[in-house]
Amino acid sequence: MVPLEHVIGLSAILFLIGAIGALTRRNLIVLLMSIELMLNAANLALVGFSRAWAEHDGHVFVLMVIVVAACEVAVGLGIVIALFRNRETVNVEDVSLLKW
Amino acid sequence: MVEAAPTDLLRWIPLLPLLGALVHGVLLGLLRRGLPRGLVIALSVGAPALAFGVTVAAFLRLGALPPGTVALIDEVYTWIGAGRLVADMAFVFDPLSAVMCLIVTGVGTLIHVYSIGYMDDDHRDDGGFQRFFCYLNLFLAAMLLLVLGDNLLVMFLGWEGVGLCSYLLIGFWYGDRWNAYCGLKAFVVNRIGDFGFLIGIFLIVWALADAGATLDFRELRAALPAIAERTVAVPEWLGGSWRLTTLIGLCLFVGAMGKSAQIPLYVWLPDAMAGPTPVSALIHAATMVTAGVYMVCRLSFLYAEAPGASAVIAWTGGLTALFAATIAIAQTDIKKVLAYSTVSQLGYMFLAAGCGAYSAAIFHVGTHAFFKALLFLGAGAVILALHHEQDTDKMGGLRTRLRRTHAVFLVGVLAIAGVPPLSGFFSKDEVLLSAWLAHEVPGHTWLWAIGVATAALTAFYMFRLHFRTFAGESRVPAEIEHHGVHEPGPTVLWPLYVLAFLAAVAGFLGLPQAWGDLLGIPESNALSRFLGRVLESAHHHVDHATEFALAGVATLAAALGIGLAWLFYVARPELPARVRAGAGALHRLIANKYYVDELYDALFVRPLIALSDRVLFRGVDAGLIDGAFVNGSARTVRVLAEDALKHLQAGLTQGYLVTMVAGTFLVLAWLLSS
Repeated sequence: MVPLEHVIGLSAILFLIGAIGALTRRNLIVLLMSIELMLNAANLALVGFSRAWAEHDGHVFVLMVIVVAACEVAVGLGIVIALFRNRETVNVEDVSLLKW
Repeated sequence: MVEAAPTDLLRWIPLLPLLGALVHGVLLGLLRRGLPRGLVIALSVGAPALAFGVTVAAFLRLGALPPGTVALIDEVYTWIGAGRLVADMAFVFDPLSAVMCLIVTGVGTLIHVYSIGYMDDDHRDDGGFQRFFCYLNLFLAAMLLLVLGDNLLVMFLGWEGVGLCSYLLIGFWYGDRWNAYCGLKAFVVNRIGDFGFLIGIFLIVWALADAGATLDFRELRAALPAIAERTVAVPEWLGGSWRLTTLIGLCLFVGAMGKSAQIPLYVWLPDAMAGPTPVSALIHAATMVTAGVYMVCRLSFLYAEAPGASAVIAWTGGLTALFAATIAIAQTDIKKVLAYSTVSQLGYMFLAAGCGAYSAAIFHVGTHAFFKALLFLGAGAVILALHHEQDTDKMGGLRTRLRRTHAVFLVGVLAIAGVPPLSGFFSKDEVLLSAWLAHEVPGHTWLWAIGVATAALTAFYMFRLHFRTFAGESRVPAEIEHHGVHEPGPTVLWPLYVLAFLAAVAGFLGLPQAWGDLLGIPESNALSRFLGRVLESAHHHVDHATEFALAGVATLAAALGIGLAWLFYVARPELPARVRAGAGALHRLIANKYYVDELYDALFVRPLIALSDRVLFRGVDAGLIDGAFVNGSARTVRVLAEDALKHLQAGLTQGYLVTMVAGTFLVLAWLLSS
């Protein structure tokens, strides 16, 4: 069986990749992908702990997260499309109207 | 500790007038709905009459109590329970409050009846008639609360209530700014006194904190020996150290000074005459202004332990009596004369109370309530007949035209002047006797002399008033004659008859023993024995010869005053003008009331108004509170946000994300390190 440390390690690496992507990339679609990466890193950690403690709560939680992630992507992509139709860009630096 | 029997009768005495006031208040104040006059009269005159009935019932029950039980107690509910300090909404009906309660409800009912006739011509669109009776009922409720209260807090509640009603009724005809000003003046001057009263109550609570604080009169009486010997430090020029009871007594007396119009806080009472005449009779002569005397008598056990405070009371009373009597000599307004006379008679009451003769003080409260209510209502009848003319310069010769009013007014004048055997003679003699005998008061013989001088002045100015109003040639102006001068109707006259009867015979309730022995009545002073069950009394013994001699001197003084008044205003009417011309400066001084109002105006009112306007209003309120605190805080936030904080909100999603991630890491680092 894969030890817990390896699962958590992989989860941490995935999360970091996602976080750095979300902070550095300017393309909105890549941004969304990075967020998905972070969500799945969390899922992996939940599954790992669930297995290690032999409890089912983590599995249930992961299902919830997958559902929420699907919704988020649907809404997020909808916004991206709406944005592109209006402004012909998917660069986050070009959409900074909501400020002082 | 005096034994007390429980009852649930007493709560109805203040509650009935309160209900009357509430009905009017809700209908008129909240619903803007007026009632027909017949209903207003039935409700507002019925409530005090019923309260009087309940009082009589309670009085009969008090008489039927077994020996040793001297009071009825009605504990309605616990009003304030703050730690160890518990104040019940409780009423006590002992001989002292019984006498006061009978006076308040009895005279109160008569004056309500009188008001029906007096206020009949009030047709203003703000429901004047109904509003008047609403206030009058509210006053009675507050006054009965004050009288019946079983602890200082209930008494204070009533004390403030009567002050409020006094203010409302003085400024009843608020269309005239002067009346509103007079109401305000009465209220503010009373506040000064009430402040002293409150300090006194706080001092009692503070002093009894270790023994379990109480404000209940019977418990206070029992707890007093524990603090009787305590002293407090005062500034060196006041003697360095005072007994605590003296300090408490003086603070409470400051309250009495305000409410009962004593020097230096008497200035509001003469101006209170701006109110309708029934109000002057009920509130500013018969009942409310005697509240201070009642309070001192109620706390007689405290004042018996505070000789310093008692001496101050006696001297304040004596000086006020003389001072106000001299002012009354030169007044021409019929109600002003009576107002200063009231101040002077209140001084008499405090003179007696300060000399330890508490039952004599209450005796004078009672007789004064009858004859002064009679005089005010009589003056009201004259004012009504002359279509609201109050200046005696425009009266004269009314004896033949207002025969009935003249007759009852004369009874009142004779009673207050101290002509035997009317009530004022006996009660005034008791007061003077107490001053003569009070060896513990410094200079008590001087106080007696002041009292006798005041008696002479009283007889003089009352007969001056009477002669100027009713005797001689008519000086009534043509425009008043044009409307006709008629005797008022039966609702005005009948209360006068009843009061005239009481003013004539009430003195026999407190007939001194010397007279009783002369007439063969054993234990003649029924009132004094009745009150003696709850009041402290200084057991001075005096032989009958001295007593008769003192009475003789006082009667001679009164006769002198009456004779002088007759000489000045009937026999030689040209004399007053010559005296005025001869003593011009003195006359101006007295006619202008010693310029006390002007003095207070310059010393206190103007500086206070200037301070309030320039410093407190423009400086503190407009400058500091509005400028610095309210607008200043808003301006600070705006500047901070406009110039600095807004740049944090740049609109770049990833900027926010950086902050969020950084924050998360910081929290994580903090959690892991601790």
